[in-house]
Amino acid sequence: MQTLQQQWFGNVRADILAGIVVGLALIPEALAFAFIVGVDPRVALYASFTIAVITAFVGGRPGLISAATGAMALVLVSLMADHGLEYVLAATILTGIIQLILGSLGVANLMRFIPNSVMLGFVNALGIMIFMTQLPYLIGSGTMTYVFAVVTLILVYAVPRFFTLIPAPLIAIVVMTAIALFSGVRLQSIGDLGTMPSSLPTFFFPNIPLNVETLKIILPYSLALSIVGLLESLLTSQVLDDMTDTPSNKNREARGQGIANFITGFFGGMAGCALIGQSVINVKSGGRGRLSTLTAGAFLMFLIIVLGDLVVKIPMPVLAGVMVMVAATTFNWGSFKFLRSAPRSESIVMLITVAIILYTHNLAIGVVIGVVLSALFFVAKISRVSVTNKAGIYKVQGPLFFASTTRFIQAFDNINEKQIVIDFENSQLWDESAVGAILKVVTKLESKGTTVTIRGLNTSSEQLYEKLL
Amino acid sequence: MKIAVAIDGSENAMRAAKHAIMLAEYLPRVTLEIIYVQDFSKAKDERLLEQSSESLALKREQKMQPILAMAKEAAVEAKVIILRGNPSEEIINYVNEKKIDKLVIGSRGLNSFQEMVLGSVSHKVMKHVVCPVTVVK
Repeated sequence: MQTLQQQWFGNVRADILAGIVVGLALIPEALAFAFIVGVDPRVALYASFTIAVITAFVGGRPGLISAATGAMALVLVSLMADHGLEYVLAATILTGIIQLILGSLGVANLMRFIPNSVMLGFVNALGIMIFMTQLPYLIGSGTMTYVFAVVTLILVYAVPRFFTLIPAPLIAIVVMTAIALFSGVRLQSIGDLGTMPSSLPTFFFPNIPLNVETLKIILPYSLALSIVGLLESLLTSQVLDDMTDTPSNKNREARGQGIANFITGFFGGMAGCALIGQSVINVKSGGRGRLSTLTAGAFLMFLIIVLGDLVVKIPMPVLAGVMVMVAATTFNWGSFKFLRSAPRSESIVMLITVAIILYTHNLAIGVVIGVVLSALFFVAKISRVSVTNKAGIYKVQGPLFFASTTRFIQAFDNINEKQIVIDFENSQLWDESAVGAILKVVTKLESKGTTVTIRGLNTSSEQLYEKLL
Repeated sequence: MKIAVAIDGSENAMRAAKHAIMLAEYLPRVTLEIIYVQDFSKAKDERLLEQSSESLALKREQKMQPILAMAKEAAVEAKVIILRGNPSEEIINYVNEKKIDKLVIGSRGLNSFQEMVLGSVSHKVMKHVVCPVTVVK
């Protein structure tokens, strides 16, 4: 791994340029995520600033961009609606504590157990939900709303063909906002929905009663936020590892996410995590080191303070148009091919994960159920055991453990020979159930007058057999 | 002499590779460089569609192997160059920097939608590469 100095100053020029690009690109998303939760834009913008700046120092993956995100915003919606901002901030602080603890316990090592079918379900449901959140700004607000949204979308997809230096969404926003202002079309704007901050965030304690009641309210949200945040952050770390062909410290990243959320809650920001899209933009723009993340956060705050008065003029249909693109990029369009080519159990896990998330509006529940389901499918898959008879020698094929013993016992239901051999050469005994099953078969056969010889147990199976019998 | 062929795992690239190997067979003292670019735009989706980074590495290796086998059969000295970034930019930079004498490339790659949005890689490469280029249909 690189030294700390390399991580900070190994790529100064490109890191600063990429950071500026990302800082710009973070603004529209942060605004949209604030509107999803139903909080003032300030809450998401402060979060993006503090999370980016803090993870630049304490994160485990240089070049990763963390800020306010759609996934976290979607978890917070009902907490905000039922209990208000102070509880959102408290939940953010608690999320930080949980993530810090999980990171210290080595949670990143568990990522191995989350199959990609669950990950696909996660990003697809996320894409669909972000798209759904934009519909209220698009439908039923008159023809001009549709026109502005559609033209924005066309610009977002067409501009990169000719010009890639500045991210297309930004160009689209500037152009469309200018057109709206000069043509005098009346459209709902960001200023109609909230105010821009004009100062840096300050430290304060969320105004909530510190009792068990409060904990009961925020704990479920904090747990969900912790899962969602770590999942997206570690997934994004893996993507960047792969893009840059460099390793990263995932448990440090998990702890870094925790520290960032913990501090962000005290500065009036909502919980966040790594952004896949923005992190990819950062690397594409040449960002590799910690300086790029720091620049992104600092530049975002600078822009908001300087240009806040202009930002409020952005029409909502234009922002919604950009977010439709973000939703479409989040969705994994290769999933349709995946459904056709992947094993059926994996396709089912993916679809069920999506369905549960869309039904419960909770990304964490979908992920947990998806993981459990795929674990069950896996057990079912490896629990296939077969017994074949060849001249009185019964060969056992497949592992013998609690899930496969029934089949094994059934195979010896109708034996009439005087003498048989059970051969375990292609099997492995895993637990008490396995030894118990063998005992059961032997006892039953011997009571019918059949002599049973056991052979072919490998060393560890033999040891288990001897120990338990 | 250095011949390079840019591949992406498509049928088209396979034909380009065949052509490049054929050219190399007829030339004395030639090395063949097989260029594969890991596209940054696809990094996220590719990672999600594979179970692990190991299976992702395997998928990439599978794009290389048939071509290396063909080269070996034809007794052509071949090496694999893996680049990361935007495919057309990376190919152009590499070919111009390493003074490749001839580039062979397939006319179209895997994704027609991206081609529509971003323009075709072969077209862009053809315009900006200084050496002669053969585009294989």
